[in-house]
Amino acid sequence: MFVFLIRMQFKGKDIISIKDFTKNEINYILNYAEEMIPYAKGEKYKDILKGRVLSSLFFEPSTRTRLSFESSMNRLGGRVIGFSDPSGTSQKKGESLSDTIRMADSYSDAIVIRHPQEGAARLAAEFADSPILNAGDGAGRHPTQCLLDLFTIRKEKKKIKNTKIVLLGDLKYGRTVHSLSYALALYGANLTFVSPTSLKMPNEVVGECKGLGIEPISTTNLEKAIKDADVLYVTRIQKERFPDAEEYNRVVGSYKINNELLKSAKNDLIIMHPLPRVTEIDPEVDKTHHALYFKQAFNGVPVRMALLSLVMGGRI
Amino acid sequence: MKKELKIPLIKNGTVIDHITAGNAVKVLHILGIPISTSSVVSVAMNVKSKFGKKDIVKVENREIDPQEVDKIALISPKATINIIRDYKVAKKHKVELPNEIIGIVSCSNPTCVSNANEPVKSRFKVIEKDPPKIKCYYCEREPEVIADRII
Repeated sequence: MFVFLIRMQFKGKDIISIKDFTKNEINYILNYAEEMIPYAKGEKYKDILKGRVLSSLFFEPSTRTRLSFESSMNRLGGRVIGFSDPSGTSQKKGESLSDTIRMADSYSDAIVIRHPQEGAARLAAEFADSPILNAGDGAGRHPTQCLLDLFTIRKEKKKIKNTKIVLLGDLKYGRTVHSLSYALALYGANLTFVSPTSLKMPNEVVGECKGLGIEPISTTNLEKAIKDADVLYVTRIQKERFPDAEEYNRVVGSYKINNELLKSAKNDLIIMHPLPRVTEIDPEVDKTHHALYFKQAFNGVPVRMALLSLVMGGRI
Repeated sequence: MKKELKIPLIKNGTVIDHITAGNAVKVLHILGIPISTSSVVSVAMNVKSKFGKKDIVKVENREIDPQEVDKIALISPKATINIIRDYKVAKKHKVELPNEIIGIVSCSNPTCVSNANEPVKSRFKVIEKDPPKIKCYYCEREPEVIADRII
């Protein structure tokens, strides 16, 4: 009965921020995503979203998020309309986001949006009756990435509570790490933040973790942090988020994960990365059992299938 | 020695007292004064009081709705509203921030969608009342100096 009630709450719900969900709701999504794995791999098929249309509005570049949303909708029998480059749309003529959303709302049953401005998905939700799924808003939130990261950690480590997780790289501008830190703290993970001083985790995020009873350690020393870590979550230093090119040049290449560094890590350390990576993980690491980032990228499909199914009311 | 009044008593109207020193002009701005009224408005700034300096605003012949004035708690959380009738205080009200602030403060994040050309007003959730701490409904950024962000 309780599970049924949680399920009912999702129908028509916007997926804007991980903070909009309780731990029970997150658990429900993750459990449902587990059920989706054979459907995500194409081993099973059920067209529970047949006749439904998803608008996929990508105002910023994306590979994994867009493709995995489209794959998810197709695997469940639905259709996708939309764009991956706003230059071919009326945005180029100066149309407001709210007007674009009103149009997409009248053409589809759910809307996925990625936009360079923070809060864009929240604004979209005000103008659409259909559920909005936030696929990243500027340097803000990226809840579906957060869910797939939680899904991956839980699947590989069998638990999240007390798991030692090191978040590395651009912790200031990186949108995945802010939502993820909050969610990991909600689950009681043990957190260490490693970054150059100029890219450290914002105080607001540290404060949120503390509010959830977690005291994160902040350091610039990766070698020390990696020694007893269970999960190393690496992020790219994002050139596009830097207001100042000089600042970017100063910090790019601050950390590099290679086999030499991993000699001091635990044997069962897993390395995650939201991708794309540039130079922060040496390709030699891809062949080690530590590398989990490609599997993590696949996990985006079952998680997004679960979300699309929930918000549009389908059930496998 | 007889105490000299900096600004005269009013017969009827509203006195906003205990405004944080230096913020009287911003208070007037938030309340839309003088655009919203043709009444006589007196302002005293840096007036000595028991708790240090304060500003005072007096609006003659107009009783301002206390709920309307609550918005000024953003920049003057200790302010009080006195409704004056026939030289006497008829009602006294201590400002209290509402749970949401709409259209008064702009977001400090230049890439927040509320600063773009969209048909929405800025919107903040109040997370702490005294001292005031607010969070943008859209981008979740918290402006550090609220007074600087008054629209």
